[in-house]
Amino acid sequence: MSEIPSVRVTTVFVALLRRDIRVAMKELPFFLLRTVMQPVLFLIVFGFLMPKMGMMRGGYQTTLLPGILAVSLALSAIQSVALPMVQDFGWTKEIEDRLLAPVPTWIIAAEKIVSGVIQGVIAALFVLPLARLIMGPIPNLTFGHLGDILVITLLGATTFSALGMWLGTGIAPQQIGLMFSAIIAPMMFFGCAYYPWRGLDAVPVLKYIVLVNPLVYVAEGMRGALTPEVPHMPLPASIGALLAISALFWAAGLRSFRKRAVG
Amino acid sequence: MTAIYTEGLRKVYPLAAPKRGGRPAGTPFGPPGAAAPPVAVPGGVRELVALEGLDLHIQAGEFFGLLGPNGAGKTTTIGILTTRVLASAGRATVAGADVINDPVAVRRRIGVVPQRANPDRGLNVIENLIFHSAYFGIGRAEATTRATALLEQFGMGEKAAEKVDALSGGQQQRLMIARALIHQPDVLFLDEPTVGLDPAARLALWDVLRALHRQGRTIVMTTHYMEEADQLCDRLAIIDRGKLLALDTTTALKAKAPGGTLIDLDLDGPAAAAATAVAALPNVSKAEGIGATLRIQSSAGGRIISAAIEAVEGAGRHVKNITLKEPSLETLFIELTGRKLG
Repeated sequence: MSEIPSVRVTTVFVALLRRDIRVAMKELPFFLLRTVMQPVLFLIVFGFLMPKMGMMRGGYQTTLLPGILAVSLALSAIQSVALPMVQDFGWTKEIEDRLLAPVPTWIIAAEKIVSGVIQGVIAALFVLPLARLIMGPIPNLTFGHLGDILVITLLGATTFSALGMWLGTGIAPQQIGLMFSAIIAPMMFFGCAYYPWRGLDAVPVLKYIVLVNPLVYVAEGMRGALTPEVPHMPLPASIGALLAISALFWAAGLRSFRKRAVG
Repeated sequence: MTAIYTEGLRKVYPLAAPKRGGRPAGTPFGPPGAAAPPVAVPGGVRELVALEGLDLHIQAGEFFGLLGPNGAGKTTTIGILTTRVLASAGRATVAGADVINDPVAVRRRIGVVPQRANPDRGLNVIENLIFHSAYFGIGRAEATTRATALLEQFGMGEKAAEKVDALSGGQQQRLMIARALIHQPDVLFLDEPTVGLDPAARLALWDVLRALHRQGRTIVMTTHYMEEADQLCDRLAIIDRGKLLALDTTTALKAKAPGGTLIDLDLDGPAAAAATAVAALPNVSKAEGIGATLRIQSSAGGRIISAAIEAVEGAGRHVKNITLKEPSLETLFIELTGRKLG
């Protein structure tokens, strides 16, 4: 038998990532439509129309912007992983050629999560200028704390990308609609994206219940990084919570992937 | 040199208690839908034995066939050997690497053609080959050269930039073979590669496989087509319900086929009484009733049929249908398993 040289894991990882980027580039318009449509519509209604009608107090844009970025990041990171997983493990079994790549199975899952992180960041970067365009100048917005912005963005994206892996490999294809209405929608609305966590002082029970929702920490973390002047959850708390939740989702996602990949 | 070695390979799928509206989540090489009936074990846990202690020894350069009906355990065997299914017990090595302890080394040495073509639909035809090569560490330039050559060889040179959905079933299957070959594996696995292909595409695929065999590649193929196994394979393992029933060269297996012609008479009721009557006829070496079917082994071909029909009517039954089979792998298979293929 011929001596076959072993392939470096990083080489295979990069090849898998290149494949995902190639496929994502091919359907970029659909990707953006799928992931940024909802946040943009929300921006138009709550960040432009309602303030115009005088129905929003001044400064709401400052609350809304970080939240909208968090939602875009979360939605796109989840979907970039969950949808292909549901499809690849479902009817088409397209993932087979990647599962036969000569690397440990968990590497293939980890690569997919990383590709979800990249797509989440792209969606957020796409929404940011649109938000500025739709809402006009946003008081108190600063890009001075670039380090904080980067940490929250990457942590938020990896948390939701790993959640996408967990959901995408754990949910039957016919229940994908349920994922949106039963998991993603409540997460968006109780994620302190459209209102600050502090605002929930008005409904104390809810204020503590929503703490199980990772979106809360991304939204509040974005506030801490982008609009630090406005009251928000302490940044270290957001970062700590995201680290813990993301570790949990990674473990669950990799485990669930393995269960589907190896019978 | 040994290409594949298995010892006591066993696979049991636990069956979850039936869920409301749910179905067990299958894996790509998971339990076949029409597998052996689930077995209830003490404690109320139901399980499905897909493979019951399989021992195989396949030489390098061999064209080896796994023959059996749906649910026999063929796909599970391929699944274990290609590292996609975890064996419940036993051991297996492929190209010298252990499938359980060193799956990565196995993957490096094998190419797999699945039962149903599963190209990467996000990529076009040649990208399917180039990216697959990249997963094996082959650089883009080299991969492009190999991919172009393979597509030419399989008569799809002009399809390189097409979407995979534009390919016919036969072309998609050939793309799967090209993909399985592009990283130059030691062992090629094909799981029912010609299912769903029209006769012309099937013959074309046979030519491709014969050519690969001539180049000295080890090929393991599952099939439930007798003719395919007979035409292509050096050696055959006949398996059913997870057990190995026979293993030999195709010629030797055919020599083992039960003597004479196999005649099946379908009756209008249980065939047991008629079987006793027919067994007493001259030139009948064996007659048995299987439900409403009377199975006769005749050493005088079809000439015993009229006497057999008379005997059947004498036993109070009527013949509704008659089937004749000359000695072949198929009659051997029926003898071994009691059921027909496919």
